Parts: sequence; structure tokens; C-alpha cells
Amino acid sequence: MVTYGKGLRPLAILTVLVLGGGIALALFYAPMDADQGFRQKIFYIHVPMAIVAMGGFIAGGIAGIMYLRTEDSKWDLRSYTWIHHALILALGALITGSIWAKTSWGHWWVWDEPTLVSFLIVFLLYCTYQPLRFSIEDREKQSRYAAVFAITAGAFVPLNFMAVRMAQSLSHPRVFATSNGGLPLKMQIAFYVMLAGMTLFFITLTKFEMASKNTRAQMGALRRRLGGEDGPARRSAAPALPTATEAGTA
Amino acid sequence: MRRAVGALLRKEAALELRTPQVIPGMALFSIVTYVVFHFGLRRNQVSGDLAAGVLWVTILFAAMLGIARLFVTDREEGGFDAFLLAPVDRTAMFVAKAISMFTYLALVQVVAIPAFVVLLLGPGLSGEELLKLMAVLALADIGIAVVGTLVGALAVQTRARDLITPLLALPLLVPVVIGAARASAPLLTLTGAGTLPGRWLVVLALYDLVFGLLAYAVFDFLLED
Repeated sequence: MVTYGKGLRPLAILTVLVLGGGIALALFYAPMDADQGFRQKIFYIHVPMAIVAMGGFIAGGIAGIMYLRTEDSKWDLRSYTWIHHALILALGALITGSIWAKTSWGHWWVWDEPTLVSFLIVFLLYCTYQPLRFSIEDREKQSRYAAVFAITAGAFVPLNFMAVRMAQSLSHPRVFATSNGGLPLKMQIAFYVMLAGMTLFFITLTKFEMASKNTRAQMGALRRRLGGEDGPARRSAAPALPTATEAGTA
Repeated sequence: MRRAVGALLRKEAALELRTPQVIPGMALFSIVTYVVFHFGLRRNQVSGDLAAGVLWVTILFAAMLGIARLFVTDREEGGFDAFLLAPVDRTAMFVAKAISMFTYLALVQVVAIPAFVVLLLGPGLSGEELLKLMAVLALADIGIAVVGTLVGALAVQTRARDLITPLLALPLLVPVVIGAARASAPLLTLTGAGTLPGRWLVVLALYDLVFGLLAYAVFDFLLED
């Protein structure tokens, strides 16, 4: 039996502190951008979101490799939750990027911006992850196929960025690399605190989901043992977990 | 391994020769798509970037048909079971399927490219341009075949196969479209043959290499049962 809930409360508190501190730093401590003014502040959310989402996708691919090697459903669960939350953060990054594009260039969507476009392609690809899992009934096969998908898509992320970047002129705002040589120290501090906060946020959310999935699986197993009422097996995209009772009999 | 691949290829060829389905279907689909583009764009002739776009969108969507059919007989008529019983390397299945997908694409293009030149292409193609276009086609077809085989094997085991195939394959093939469209656009311009942009061929070759190795590595896991 694996306990996932350990240390969740301190982690959650730490996340709130760092993320809150990062937002405070970004709003009040970091200097106003000379060219862009207040709207530059959205980058303190947008860039960490995008970086953590990409990291989550690639971590999901690595967890896929681990699953295929070990056949341990723990890795399948990790791959699933990491990709799941990376997808949510990627949506956040797309929306914040879009808002910035609107305020800065007057368009919600700009095609000649490689990072935004490759982000959209990656996002669309990962949108199929859940439907793929959902449409495979056999649990063991579902995990294996999802792992293959996670590995393929994880390798696709850098390749896609390269191809799209080559296809367009480089116009992604290098907001954090200004002409006079890099970022002012105060901005850097705010940015890295936000990045750390976003990473912690991602870890906390995924840990919560894993704990919840695990608890629900064990609840279901206990209920089956108590009442024997099995009910119709609900199909789900989420990975199946070995429960205490099943592990006991195995 | 080589003998297993040969046997599988003979099986694919025999199937397609007895009841031609995939190749005529894809070729017909390509030509219908040109007609749709003619009305959709309200153009009698296209050239340059637009021509490259029409050509690659058509090839890509025709390829979807082939990818969706690639493993269907193996699943429904027990081809997978028979293959798994045979004492051969499972990668043989991947190699054979990728080669047959590549062959399907090449054979369809034998019909679809001349039809494109006749029906839609403004500038026409000289011999030299045709050779260069064939180089682009070959590199892009390898990429489509490799990714298509992987996606086809993934999707054939799902209940929503027809839905999953294009949803997975289209985003994965975006880099191929970028590279192939960029590389072939100068060949289709009105001003005559532009130079073939070498760096796009490099992108296509790199894509083929990365996904070839990747698919080779993970394909075994899609066959276990």
C-alpha cells in the first residue's frame, strides 16, 4: 500500500507562501518595465506557467518510460497526473499569452509568434491523451498505450518547438532579456520566486490528485469487501490502482 | 528479421492486390480534395505557397485514410494473433507496416501529383523541379509512414479509432507539413524553379530520424497481449 498524502499540508502551506510572495514581489518589488509598463507584469505568471507545463509534459514522458520498464502502476499514475495538470497550466499559459498579445499588439492571436504557435500544437496533441485513455477498456493495455503516447509526445515537444521556431521570424518578446544586457536584478528575483512558486503549485496539485485517486481506489475496494455490491464498473480515463485488498490477495 | 519483414510485406501486397481498397481510396480522395479546394478557394490555378499548402494538406488528409486502415485487418481478422504466435522479432511488424505505408503514399502520389499539376498548378513542373519535388516527397513520406504506423497501432486498439487517429496524427505531423510545404513552395512558383531550401530537408530528415528511432523503440509495447 502506498500512501500519497504524506506531507501534503506543509507542502500546501509552503506553496501558498511562495506563490503569494512571488506575486507580491512581482507587483510591488520588481520595477515597472520602461517600455511596456504594467502589462509586462503578466509575464511573471505567463512564463512560469509555460515553463512548468512543458516540464510537466516532459516529466510525463519520462514517467511513461519508467512505467514501461517497471510495469509499476505508480508510474502510470504519475504520468497521468503530471500530464493532466501540465495541460491545465498550458491552457493558462495560452490564455495569459493571448491577453498579453491583445494588450500589446491588438490581436488575441498572432500566428507569427513561434512559441505561441508551437505551444498550441503541443496543447492540441495532449488534449487527445484523455480521450485515448478513455477509449481503451482494458486497464493494463490503457496504461501501456498511454505510456507510449506520453513518450512519443514528450519527444515531440522539443522537435516541434524547433520546427515552428525555424518557420517564423523570431519575434517572441524577449521580455526578460532586454537590450541593455539581461534583466534587472529585482525583476530576476521576482521571476525566479514566481517560477519556484509555480513549480511548487504544480507539485502540490499533482500530489493532491494522486492522494485522492489512491484514497478513492481503496474506498472502492473496502466497499466491495463490505457489501459485495459491485455496481456497474465505471469506465474511466484515470489509471487503476492496486488497492490494499487486492495487493493482499496477490 | 528480414524474412519476417518480407513475409509481412507479401501479405500486405496480396491483401491490397486481391481487394484494392486503400490505394484507390486515397487517390480518389486526393482528386476530390483538389475539386473541393478549387471551389473553396475560388481559384482555377494556384502557385507558390498556396500551391504547396493545397498539395500538402491533400497529401496529409489522404494519408489519414491510409493510417486509419493500416491495422484494421490485423485486428479484425486475427493478423495480430497470428503474428504474435510466430517466433519472430516484433519490430518486424513495425518495419513492414512502415514500408507498406510508405509504398501506399508513393503509389498514391504517382496519381495525385500529376492530377495536381493538371488540375490546379499554374506554373507547371519541369523535369528538374519534379526531381526536387520527389526528394521532398520521399523525405516527408518517410515521416508520415513512421508516425502513421505508430499512431495507427495505438488507435486501432481503441473503441474510438476513427476519432483518435486524426486527432493524434495531425498535431504530430505539423512539423512535416511545415518542412515539406516550405521546401516545395519555391518549386511551384510562377517565376520558375527556385533553389531547394536545404535546411528544410534537414528538418524533415531529422524528424524522420527521431521518430523512426522512437517508434522503433516503443512499438513492441503496442503488440503485447
